[in-house]
Order: sequence, then C-alpha cells, then structure tokens
Amino acid sequence: MNARLPWLAGGVLLAMSFFLAVMLVKPIGVSTQFVIADAMVWNQIDDTIITKSDTNKKGYASSNAYLNKSGGKYAKNAAEPMNYSFIFVLAMMAGAGLSSLLSSSKSTPAQDAKEREMPQVWRDRFGSSKTLRYSAAFGAGFLVLFGARLAGGCTSGHMMSGIMQTSLSGYIFTIGVFATAIPVAMMMFNSKSNGAV
Amino acid sequence: MTKIMLATALGLFFGFALHRVGATSPQHIINMLRLKDLRLMKTILFAIGLSSVVLFLGLALGFIDVSHISVKSAYVGVLIGGGLLGAGFAIAGLCPGTSLAAAATGRKDAMVFILGGFVGAFAYMLSFDFISQTFLMDKIAGGKVTLAVTGSAKYQALITSVSGTALAIGLGLALMAFAWWLPEETSPKNKTDHKMVPAE
Repeated sequence: MNARLPWLAGGVLLAMSFFLAVMLVKPIGVSTQFVIADAMVWNQIDDTIITKSDTNKKGYASSNAYLNKSGGKYAKNAAEPMNYSFIFVLAMMAGAGLSSLLSSSKSTPAQDAKEREMPQVWRDRFGSSKTLRYSAAFGAGFLVLFGARLAGGCTSGHMMSGIMQTSLSGYIFTIGVFATAIPVAMMMFNSKSNGAV
Repeated sequence: MTKIMLATALGLFFGFALHRVGATSPQHIINMLRLKDLRLMKTILFAIGLSSVVLFLGLALGFIDVSHISVKSAYVGVLIGGGLLGAGFAIAGLCPGTSLAAAATGRKDAMVFILGGFVGAFAYMLSFDFISQTFLMDKIAGGKVTLAVTGSAKYQALITSVSGTALAIGLGLALMAFAWWLPEETSPKNKTDHKMVPAE
C-alpha cells in the first residue's frame, strides 16, 4: 500500500491530471455520479422515474425534480450511462486499483488487511470494533454526499477544479469544508495516545 | 466514441494519481485535517496552484479552448453543504472521489462509506424540491462568477481591473509558494529533538 510519492512529485502528477482533463474535455468532478448511479437503480425498480421527453432540452424527463432539472441533464445521463462523466469515474476506480496492484507493500498482508478495515489513527482512538468504524463510515458517507449535492460539487469539482479556475464557489466551498473538518478531526482524534499537543 | 476513450484515459490517470499521492488513505486525510501531517495538503495546494497557472497560460496562448472552462454557481448551499461534507470528511477520512478510488484498492470502510453516500445522495434527490425553494439556493455575487477574467462569455469576473492571466497566475503562484512553505509534519517531538538548544 505504501507507494506514496514525495509531496512535490505527487503535486506535479495531480496537477497534470487536473490540467489534462480541462485541456482535453472539461474539469474533473465526481459526486454527481452518485446521483446518476442512484437514478439508474431507481429507474430499474420503477421505470416511470425516467421517461423520454420532447419538451426537455436533453430529451429525457423525470418525475423527480432533481433529475429533471437543467433540461433533464441527470435523467439523460442515467438513461445513457455510456457518457463521459460516468465512464471517467469508473476509470478513476480502475486507475486507483491498478496503482495499488502495481505498488509493493512495506507491510505484511495481515497488516494490509487490518488497514483496509480502518486506519491506524481510528484504531488508536476508538479501538478495533468493525461495527463502530463501519457505522461511522456509513453515516459519514451520508453526510458527505448529501453535503456535496447541496453544494453542487465535492472536493474534486469545487475545491480542485473550482479554485484552479478561480471560481468564487470553489473558495466558498473550501471555507465551508475546513471550517468543520479541522475542528471535527481535532476533537475526534486528538488524544494523548495520538500525540496531541 | 473519442469522448469515451478520453474519459477512460483521464479517469485512469486521475485515479492512479490519487492513489500515488496518498489521498486514498483515510490515515493521511485524518492526520492532515488534525494538522499533524501536512504532506497531503502541500501536494493538493501545489497541484491546484500549478494547474491554475498552466490553465491560464494555456488560455492566454490559445492552446486551451475557453469553452472547456466550467464554473459552478456560488450560493448559500455551497457553504452549508461544504460544512456538512467537511464533518463527514473528518469522521471517515474519505470524500466522494477518494472513497470510490479507495474501495477499488480493497478498502472495506470505503465500501460502507459509498453505501452511505448512495443513501445521502438519494435523500438529497428527494428533498431537492423543498430545498430549492429556500434561502439555501440564494446566489452569492451573481452565482457563476470567477475572480479572474477567463475570457469566457458565460462567466463574469469579479476583478476586471487586472489582467485575468496575471491575476490567476499570481494566485496560482501564491498557492504553490504557500504549499512549499507549509511544514510536512507538525509533531512537536521531532522539532525539540533536533533543534532545542539548552538555555545555558
């Protein structure tokens, strides 16, 4: 798992990925695809959710107001999953998986398996209960994606791509994120055993 | 079809980079957010600054099509949503992009996080009708605006007295310099071991 680049080399690599994306197609974004995946499943269960439309600009409509907004943009992407943004996210997962396979681990397989359940910093603070870690991860996932959709983007879309373009929304989003993330992380994880100041 | 090939190549590259910089590790994210280990913050700030410099150079020199610029709207919900996201980000050490990438490397906590994410996104879909009628959608400074002039007719710039290229490159360089200046680790132990000189 330890394939980590020095911070500067990592920064250059990450910058290249942001830049190439905007040069060749458009800025990177991820969190919308959670909505698209939800809509695909929902439409499988109830096929009246997404319908073809002659009046909507994108050719699709939805009984759900969110999927129907912007001329049915999300409805269309859920109906036609072979679109740029959805494939981009699937490929991103493949890229991370590939990098992980190609990297040599400094730790033993048993240590790696333990790390994949929870990070050491969590184990030091809250113990090794999987139930606790997974419950917290589920709740955090809910908060993060609800928050990302309310904000209209996430760390990649708002913070990275946004500030890269000097978007006002990117700066506002970043202030909102760190205003809660830093105090919450300090309150949750800083204890004597974790080397707090 | 070209679009799909580009999506594949760019997605592979981005996922690879996220893993190699350590962003898929909740350990690194949490230690960054509690200001213990700032390497990831240095990486991310430097990457944003550098890509911004190259983007605005590219726009000025004409090798980047201005239509590729895509600016999101600024409204009250951006700040509030960012705050909600920040809390979950700190609890789990994962965000939408890194949770998917981390799950692909076999992380089980990231897989559970994604399930929670699907439910959270669904809850937003169901509440959008209501939320869209509240102050949360009130625009800030006109919504889809940038600080620097991008040259795109779609997005207004807030600062028009300075050249957009110069302003954006200045901001980008400032971010890179800040990233360079930040310490890698803030653990007081290491510093006292090496730097403390006896008061005598």
